[in-house]
Amino acid sequence: MHIKSMAEYTAEGAAPEVLFWVGCAGSFDQRAQKITKAFATILDKVGVKFAILGKEEMCTGDPARRSGNEFLFQMMAYNNIQVLNGYEIKKIVTACPHCFNVFKNEYPALGGNYEVIHHTTYLQSLINDGRVVLKEGGAFKGKKITYHDSCYLGRANGVYEAPRAVLEALDVELIEMKRCKTNGLCCGAGGAQMFKEDEPGKTRINLERSEEALNTGASVIAANCPFCTTMLMDGVKNKEQEDHVQVLDIAEMVLQSLA
Amino acid sequence: MQAQFCDFCQKILLSLINLSVIENGHFLAGANQIQNAQYMQIIQQILFILLAGAASFLFIRKVREIRRNINLGKNKSINDNPSARWKNVLLLAFGQKKMFKKMTPAVLHFFVYAGFVIINIEMLEIILDGILGTHRLFAPFLGSFYNILIGCFEILAALVLIACVVFLIRRNILKIKRLNMGELNGWPKTDANLILATEIVLMSLLLILNSVDTELQALHAHHYTVTGQFWISGMIAPLFNGLNETTLIAIERSAWWLHIIGVLAFLNYLPYSKHLHIVLAFPNAYYASLEPAGEINNMKSVQNEVLYMMQPELAPAATEGDPTTPHRFGAKDVMDLSWKNLMDAYSCTECGRCTDACPANITGKILSPRKIMMDTRDRLEAVGKNIDANKTFVDDGKTLIHDYISVEELRACTTCNACVEACPVSISPLDIIVELRRYLVMEESNSPQEWNMMFSNIENNMAPWKFSPDERDKWAEEMA
Repeated sequence: MHIKSMAEYTAEGAAPEVLFWVGCAGSFDQRAQKITKAFATILDKVGVKFAILGKEEMCTGDPARRSGNEFLFQMMAYNNIQVLNGYEIKKIVTACPHCFNVFKNEYPALGGNYEVIHHTTYLQSLINDGRVVLKEGGAFKGKKITYHDSCYLGRANGVYEAPRAVLEALDVELIEMKRCKTNGLCCGAGGAQMFKEDEPGKTRINLERSEEALNTGASVIAANCPFCTTMLMDGVKNKEQEDHVQVLDIAEMVLQSLA
Repeated sequence: MQAQFCDFCQKILLSLINLSVIENGHFLAGANQIQNAQYMQIIQQILFILLAGAASFLFIRKVREIRRNINLGKNKSINDNPSARWKNVLLLAFGQKKMFKKMTPAVLHFFVYAGFVIINIEMLEIILDGILGTHRLFAPFLGSFYNILIGCFEILAALVLIACVVFLIRRNILKIKRLNMGELNGWPKTDANLILATEIVLMSLLLILNSVDTELQALHAHHYTVTGQFWISGMIAPLFNGLNETTLIAIERSAWWLHIIGVLAFLNYLPYSKHLHIVLAFPNAYYASLEPAGEINNMKSVQNEVLYMMQPELAPAATEGDPTTPHRFGAKDVMDLSWKNLMDAYSCTECGRCTDACPANITGKILSPRKIMMDTRDRLEAVGKNIDANKTFVDDGKTLIHDYISVEELRACTTCNACVEACPVSISPLDIIVELRRYLVMEESNSPQEWNMMFSNIENNMAPWKFSPDERDKWAEEMA
């Protein structure tokens, strides 16, 4: 499979249906790369014409802004918007809720106006449109699965139903945690916490959340964010449950169930 | 005129003497007694007007002070989309939508809230009676509907009373966790208990008042409009059976006066207390952010600075003391926050739903969003007092950051918005946390080593980790 960059499309005088914004985690983090590859594979298999920015992509500046470094955020935003507007990008899909939030809510004030879709919403619409066809009795049919709402898709942007609709299409037995949807508990990575140790306390946030997820008895913890995935996997490992319980992004689950 | 006034004073003096005679059990001639009662009435009217006037004066003065304090915050225009804002007032403030995330306290709180709002209609009658020297002014106009109305008020009063007792039990006996955290030690706990106790006393007085009234009506006492029994007080009335008219009048008058004094005192206590939320919850709902919770407000000044750095041709000619350049990035003290942040602080009733939902707090970090709000209010009050004493703010060597809110608290926030979501009165502790973080990083260069590494990675490698930008699409090559 050859994944085309915007530069290639432009050289051909063509335009993709959608730009896949990979994000830093999706690009560099080994675990998150698997999510990226899964999502790209789905898009390729169902024939969505998509592009990536490749080496021209840069951090959106999310962790900089949230830790208080507005200068760095504005620098990154300026450069990204220059690139995106240069390519006349209209529609972006991303597998990272942090990037999604920045594009949707924070770049417009800086001159970056795009239709941005989180990959779970995009997958839901591909399923609804019949472009993604799932196996009868797929890999997750009837399995007990719990779903972790990421803060930046959930509370920050009110997307609760699309990922659940995808899980429903996968025919899973969804077991909600007590703290879900608007009351969902953070994985501990947001607000640039991903890049530093927790402050002193009685436990780590990701352990608290992983324990709650494990207590549902689910065999898969479904996530929608590369940072949540990492945090929850660490938590599951910490409880020595990694042999019984998987932490999977919804894109990975869809890929495993493609007809 | 002067002579008339002297005559009036003489009559009042005489009536006071006569009052003591009545109290001593001496019976005077009927006509004289009625005349004395009339003078007594006039004294009460004058006392009432003086008291209500003084209470209103003091309340308005304090309200002005709070208004001034809130306006110490930075200007921020919040008036777009009024229809969405009014909808928030209806749903969040009047409808208490977010309270209902926790059912038990929500229902109990709804009793107290409904009681407060609706019983205040009766306050109108009480105040008019006080000024005009009438008794149950509305009764003759409303007929049997009056009894239904007062009956409903009584049911509400009883519900308020029960709810407040349960609230006291929750706080002091069941020791509900969020109502017993460290930041509430001392005054905040006393404040909460005082409010509940006052409400219990006021509601009891209201019910006693009506019960004794019923008894007095039965005795056909002069001045006591006959209305018949009310729903709840009718059941309490037998307690006062057999007392003579003088004693009943003394009880009724004492209860009436204690109640109105209590109400006026409570009114003046409000602005010093967390209970101010009963007023500010409404404007705070109106001015609540309508943006998606994930959006952090843009710093236009920094945006422009970056723009002019990248495209110098766009930069305006440098002017001395450019007014668009902020004197400070982020917030060091309360004056650097927006007026909405400061109104948030005055609106907080310290219920702790935010802290209860905070992932940092749940896992034992010292961050508590409620404490952020309490600290902001405490600091703002201190700044206000400083201005009162010195006419203008004189540096007292303290700031919101460091002296009230520590760096460790600020560092623990994951910006998850759980606190914002949890707040029933549309407060955003997160907004304040982000502003304080901005000050720390941009003015003090105060950030943990790991964040400094993250910053330099983003600057140099365009990613928060130390990877070569050339490897960004390595995953795609691997798929080829």
